[in-house]
Amino acid sequence: MTITENKPTNIIGTRLLRREDPPLLTGEAKFTNDLSIPGALHLSVLRSPYAHAKIKSINVSAALKIAGVVAVYTGKDLQTAWAAPMPCAWPVTPDMKNPPHFPLAIDKVNYVGDGVAAVLATNETASRDALDAIDVEYEPLQAVVDLEDALSDKNVIHKDLGTNKSYTWPLLVEETPGCVEEAFKKAKYKIKERYVQQRLIPMAMEPRAIAAVPQPFGGDITLYSSTQIPHILKVMTALTLGIPEQQVRVVAPSVGGGFGSKLDVYAEELLCMALARKHSAPVRWVEERTENTQATIQGRGQIQHVELAADENGKITAVRVRIIGDMGAYLQLVTPGVPLLGAFLYAGVYDIPKAYDFSCTSVFTNLTPTDAYRGAGRPEATYAIEMAIEALAREMKIDSFELRKRNYIKKEQFPYTAFSGLTYDSGDHLLAAEKAATMTDLAGVRAQQKKQNVPGATKLLGVGMSSYFEMCGLAPSRVLASLNYSAGGWEAATVRVLPTNKVQVITGTSPHGQGHETSWAMIASEKLGVAPEDVDVLHSDTAISALGLDTYGSRSLPVGGVAIALACDKVIEKAKLIAAHQLECAAEDLQFVGGTFSVKGSPDRALPLAAIAFGAFTAHNLPEGCEPNLEAQVSYDPPNFSWPFGTHMCVVEVDTETGAVKILKYIAVDDCGNQINPLIVEGQVHGGVVQGIAQALFEEAVYDSDGNLKSSNLSEYLVPAASDVPAITTGHTITPSPTNQLGVKGVGEAGTIGAAPTVMTAIIDALSSLGVTSMAMPASPQTVWKTIQEATRGGKK
Amino acid sequence: MIPAAFDYKRASSAAEAISLVSQYGSDAKFLAGGHSLLPLMKLRLAQPAMLIDIGRVKDLSYIKDAGNHIAIGALTRHMDVETSKVLHEHAPLLAHAAGHVGDAQVRHRGTIGGSIAHADPASDLPATTLALGATYVVQGPKGQREIAAANFYKGFLESDLAADEMLIEIRVPKMQGAGWSFQKFNRRAQDWAIVGVAAWRRKGEAGVALVNMGSTPILATSVAGAIAKGASISDAAAMASNEADPQSDLNASTEYRKHLASVLVRRALEAASK
Repeated sequence: MTITENKPTNIIGTRLLRREDPPLLTGEAKFTNDLSIPGALHLSVLRSPYAHAKIKSINVSAALKIAGVVAVYTGKDLQTAWAAPMPCAWPVTPDMKNPPHFPLAIDKVNYVGDGVAAVLATNETASRDALDAIDVEYEPLQAVVDLEDALSDKNVIHKDLGTNKSYTWPLLVEETPGCVEEAFKKAKYKIKERYVQQRLIPMAMEPRAIAAVPQPFGGDITLYSSTQIPHILKVMTALTLGIPEQQVRVVAPSVGGGFGSKLDVYAEELLCMALARKHSAPVRWVEERTENTQATIQGRGQIQHVELAADENGKITAVRVRIIGDMGAYLQLVTPGVPLLGAFLYAGVYDIPKAYDFSCTSVFTNLTPTDAYRGAGRPEATYAIEMAIEALAREMKIDSFELRKRNYIKKEQFPYTAFSGLTYDSGDHLLAAEKAATMTDLAGVRAQQKKQNVPGATKLLGVGMSSYFEMCGLAPSRVLASLNYSAGGWEAATVRVLPTNKVQVITGTSPHGQGHETSWAMIASEKLGVAPEDVDVLHSDTAISALGLDTYGSRSLPVGGVAIALACDKVIEKAKLIAAHQLECAAEDLQFVGGTFSVKGSPDRALPLAAIAFGAFTAHNLPEGCEPNLEAQVSYDPPNFSWPFGTHMCVVEVDTETGAVKILKYIAVDDCGNQINPLIVEGQVHGGVVQGIAQALFEEAVYDSDGNLKSSNLSEYLVPAASDVPAITTGHTITPSPTNQLGVKGVGEAGTIGAAPTVMTAIIDALSSLGVTSMAMPASPQTVWKTIQEATRGGKK
Repeated sequence: MIPAAFDYKRASSAAEAISLVSQYGSDAKFLAGGHSLLPLMKLRLAQPAMLIDIGRVKDLSYIKDAGNHIAIGALTRHMDVETSKVLHEHAPLLAHAAGHVGDAQVRHRGTIGGSIAHADPASDLPATTLALGATYVVQGPKGQREIAAANFYKGFLESDLAADEMLIEIRVPKMQGAGWSFQKFNRRAQDWAIVGVAAWRRKGEAGVALVNMGSTPILATSVAGAIAKGASISDAAAMASNEADPQSDLNASTEYRKHLASVLVRRALEAASK
């Protein structure tokens, strides 16, 4: 056998094109609704047009007469189909209130879009037509839409709970009792701000789609779903339906985006499975866009009260935060936990003493349930602290960048133990911020601003910035336990070298656009010294990837990717024993470089991994006690979160006559530690930044006072297109994480976290000469114009 | 997104289309580019029992120089209006406005006649042809008649077209070197205008029409009148909303719309006066 030459392994860090893209671009990729499933019945769900109403009666007789309609079920009909209510996996406090929530409403609907009846038909058209033929008599009730109104308990939605409050979750960290209050008393500067995080609709390009297929015998059932969480879904549907878990297989085919909205267990998944079992036939469903806006979870929805105390130099001495969180009508999978994910971040990237007083009270409303949406709690927190820093700078009449510099956690303080007890792994905030300032040409822009923003000018220039931390890579299981989360935060990986030296990687992560197949192949390629195209990545099918905790919270790389690296190490360790046996040397004398084991100092005595893989397969000549085959499995629980960070800056021009905001320049400097594939990192940052800009300028789930969603389609819910966002210039600093061998941190949510405050601080900066000090999101032209009108009218008094 | 059941007939000529619509009456709707009608049907907001597909009537897709005006067949796609050399020479305002309709996909399917017949006050081309003093030619069972754009729009999505009539041609007077401007104010490039202004000016003469400032496209006659009387642009622009009756929606209140109209009319007249 010839010995292949050692080749340098430098796949990690290259801009390898995504292997996912050709099938997606050519249409070869199959999404759930593309699957051909003969004999499938089509599900349609009749939804409540009222935000809050009693169901007096439901008459389905006309619907049943439509040709092709097989059955119509109401919530009452299916009451016995459920072994448990729909799951909420995050009871954040022992006394958290959680109303029972079933796939179809029974007696009462609690939001527009709440399921009322389910139709099964042999074709989609009949199923849709039947919805129009169902006669429901409602008795409308007063809807609770406003958060402060909900908090007052004037009108209680879930009568059995006796209150609209689901929970209050406090986080009070004080060096000495009462020190927060004392800090505010002693403070030279204080600010008190109120911010509103509008509700956002995640709006994945592929709406949800489901097919539940009973297997021919034995009672097994396969659930195809456009989901981010096949593994969690398997456990949760088994529990909710009372099916033995081993009889459930969940497959996520190509998934067209999630942003958190597919990190859930939905009514339609349970309906498809229950009805497929009942009718012994496949049952499928695909969401319409308007259903997606009403019956898929929404994000954000908070009122934030933020107070900062600072000394004469602007050094922050205490932080006080009060949040009202909008849960919507029910608690979905992790709804109550979302504000908690931000709870530790209201001091941002700043070095503060143990004087932190946070509390979140979450309430029920007659609106679509909220849940995790890209960033989940962390964009909200970052927005609040970054806007508050600006307010403090205004109060002190100093430059906000200067104020940030005085407060940044310094490079030499890392690893940094925060007020909360959490350890921030690594960082250099000043470096990232200065890089952003250089790329923005901050001095030049400021000079231009001075020239342009003269009295009477109608095109005003503004510069905004935001320095952020992202607490991600969910998560150390013990930390999750302390937050009362019902699951762990580990990830599983299997690496298998096949007899022909091709590699199979099986991951528990479940990609829906992130490019895991490319990145995971690169990790295995680098570790094992094989070509990336020789690595096959298998995922998103619980029959193949039995263990895993799926994809959300920027966890896939720092947890799942690291698990793959560790599994590769185990494979190499075993291969080394075989190599030592066959080369008749001690394992310690071997080095593994470029896919080949060789004896240190005698490069001629070498064996490539290919030979060992084949040898492990034939098992003809293995060391005593060594099992055949070359594979290893790892379940990896990370020791810490990962803490990516960065600074974004942007330059805007505001047309004061129309209120239009134009972003002239957007700079994103992100540090996610080592980058596996910079092309994919940039893609994640671009997408995230656009979603953050969308929150700042475009998107809002608008409800009227009766709880009707006014922005229920894509002409009213303004998702920006490529033509509506600026070119984004990305830059990076690289501060490896010391907590994992790849030195990586997550990056999936970073852009979203950085962008909204960057844009909003720029708008306020542009309008500061007019006396504008605050601006609601989204800063639509009308909102900007009205804010200017109010500020200038106030100034004239 | 499944429409209610409907029947479908395809017409190969205008005459056949009109004969079909005479047969089916108000239950029938013409289907041209489909970019206004089909979304309404998918949302079941429109449920016509019969669709008469006129999308393949070839003899209605043309742009011709007809002496003092340009004749545009009703089934001419927006993209053809946008890129027409004849229009660039003689009615550049219309060609430019057509380039602002929806996005490239919409402009390749949607037709000028469909847009005008749909009579949506938020659409760009009804107001633009109104500003240009266009004439619409319609054909019915008894033959053809001409309707001035100023008399065509009757209410929200309502026009002077009878149920058995079909718009077949749009006649746009040549602009004869007039300055012009099309101001479309929206939040996303592909959206309908929050407020739009189509304007032209030739010395003391001007034509100004407004998009989305009432239940129909609005001819801003006060503005044109003020310009004719020698008023300054900003004084004339202050009258932008005199004929308008704008509604409030998610993007703009009535007050903000009126404010935008005066800003945009001023900008349009300034640009048209250069």
